[in-house]
Amino acid sequence: MSVPITCRPDETFVLNLGPQHPATHGVLRVKLTMDGEYIVKAEPVLGYIHRMHEKMAEAGTYAQFMNNTARMDYLHALAYNHGYCLTVERAAGIEVPERVEYIRVITVELNRISSHLLWWAAFVLDLGGFTPLLYAFDDREKILDLLESVTGSRLTYCYFRFGGVYNDIDDNFIEGTRAFLTRLRSRLPRIYHDLVTGNIILRKRIEKIGVVSKEQCRRYGATGPVLRGSGVCYDVRRNEPYSVYPNFDFDVPVYEEGDSMARYMVRMDEIEQSMRIIEQALDQLPEGPIQAKVPKILKPPEGDYYGAVEAARGTFGCRLVSDGTKTPYRLKLRSPTYCNLSMFGEIAEGMLLADALAFMGSLDLVIPEIDR
Amino acid sequence: MDTSIWRPIFYLIGFMAFAGLNAAYLGWCERKGAGHIQRRTGPKEVGPFGLLQPLADGIKLMTKQLLVPRGVDGALFRVAPVLAMIPALTSMVVIPFSDKVQGRAVDLSVLLIFALASIAMIAILLGGWASGNKYAVISAARSVSQNLAYEIPMLVTVITIVMITGSMNLEQIAQAQQGGFWHWNIFRLDKSLLMPVSFIIFYICSIAETNRAPFDMAEAESELIAGFMTEYGSMGFGLFMMGEYLNIVVGACLTTILFLGGWDCPFGLFPGIWWFLIKIYLLIFSIILVRWTYPRTQIYKLLNLSWKILIPFSLVNLLTAALFLKIF
Repeated sequence: MSVPITCRPDETFVLNLGPQHPATHGVLRVKLTMDGEYIVKAEPVLGYIHRMHEKMAEAGTYAQFMNNTARMDYLHALAYNHGYCLTVERAAGIEVPERVEYIRVITVELNRISSHLLWWAAFVLDLGGFTPLLYAFDDREKILDLLESVTGSRLTYCYFRFGGVYNDIDDNFIEGTRAFLTRLRSRLPRIYHDLVTGNIILRKRIEKIGVVSKEQCRRYGATGPVLRGSGVCYDVRRNEPYSVYPNFDFDVPVYEEGDSMARYMVRMDEIEQSMRIIEQALDQLPEGPIQAKVPKILKPPEGDYYGAVEAARGTFGCRLVSDGTKTPYRLKLRSPTYCNLSMFGEIAEGMLLADALAFMGSLDLVIPEIDR
Repeated sequence: MDTSIWRPIFYLIGFMAFAGLNAAYLGWCERKGAGHIQRRTGPKEVGPFGLLQPLADGIKLMTKQLLVPRGVDGALFRVAPVLAMIPALTSMVVIPFSDKVQGRAVDLSVLLIFALASIAMIAILLGGWASGNKYAVISAARSVSQNLAYEIPMLVTVITIVMITGSMNLEQIAQAQQGGFWHWNIFRLDKSLLMPVSFIIFYICSIAETNRAPFDMAEAESELIAGFMTEYGSMGFGLFMMGEYLNIVVGACLTTILFLGGWDCPFGLFPGIWWFLIKIYLLIFSIILVRWTYPRTQIYKLLNLSWKILIPFSLVNLLTAALFLKIF
């Protein structure tokens, strides 16, 4: 809806959205200049939970930083484990046993499903539907139980080790995962799609709302479902394969529309693709050790290294500069939501408050990952 | 009329009890219903099945300080919650629960109820405005435009009913529908073919008028925090909540009387107040079910729904009913 928007300061007011607001899912603050219910200008204000993770990396050993990785994107913590591990392994030249790679893929994909389920729940909650949240949490709970049984924690995992994983998966986990996949397969079309995706109110709320063009994605460096929802087929797992992803047959869902519905559908399809990957990984799971031989104190040779993984929200990149000592010289973390959020101001201009919040929900923000 | 002293007192106590119980226990029903819809149990700790929970909440709210923040229009801020409650309570007086149970028979009771219902909107406007909170002001503005938009189709459907019945007295409207469900206004296709449609319009409007999800624009918590209630605590908040539930009861009563035959039994057996109560609680349950199933709409789509769909349909229905009345 295009409505002439006056920018005269006496006809606008500033609305402070956050840092405590039900829709910002964390301590994000957005300074909105409003004309009635229309947004004239939106300015995200970051930094409320900045914890200096990158600096902390420079203060401890390589292994000590592993805990921190899970504290950034707490919803897809294992991908962050993976991204960091991958970079350090590349730097130190560690050969990872094949079983470990499979276990990593299985757990990361399970974690991705749980992250998307939680996003779905929170997104529908943003749109005012409270009930779907509890159904999604019911399914997510099963994943958390499974991951707890192997990793020992439920949210901030520290499961990966350089050249290995902390704990081997057993038959119980494999059976439990298969049972869960069967369960989610039957529930996905019945509960998620029939009740919510097809709902006319939901569709009217998110179709053609918050359209992001390819050009905007390129300018802001958007990745993940936001980029794929705008019609660009880019997935790190496919374009810059790492781990054992080339062994699996999976699709990269792409939607051309670029609206909130497209991003919604990308994530819903990704849940299905993750299930496919997990099934194949479980079928192909090789026997073998779960830990490579790694020196007690890791000292990667001097150099500049980079590793990237596809996290639930987009590309998580890790740039490591090593000076050959036991602590990293510099660790730069590239988190996807930071870039995805930075386009909010441009897109939200001229939008209704309610639509802007629906758009914000569709970006899938995790604030601790923006404020590292 | 030798019982003229006792009648008002009896009804006053009766209606206050009915209103109080409804205001308190609909909250419980809603939480319990929401719980079961969401595969939870709902309240269960305080008393059997959590039945004492409303009491505990009430005591908690009453013992809290009524905080009036600085920069607030004190008088309006205090008056608004009362204004939200009183009209709903007053409306109860003219509602005929059965042919015998009615506080006061007023010839223009339909008009009176709608006049009172509009005051609830003013309460929200005052509450939001007096708070001086930006979210509350947005909420108040939304609420007014929403209520204005939805009162029109609602009143047009009511005019249809009034034309068919030839009376603005709720009791007479209900009387005219006695004798089985085929006499109910919703099924009276001989008066206008669009009667079921106008029932749906009235139902949607009553949800919108009472600010219930999916039309709860004024309280859209993911956008406006708590809307006009953001600055309210203690019984100020409590009164708004009770007012909301009472408005739902009044809305359900009106729907029942205007469309579902009032206290009439669908099969012509034992008409009485119990049928009236069954009907209103089924309606209230459906409203709760809708709230916990669907996401919220957006304010402009909501207004479009009213102006572009509901109002034309209700006008067509009005014209058809007028035509039928003229011809037959």
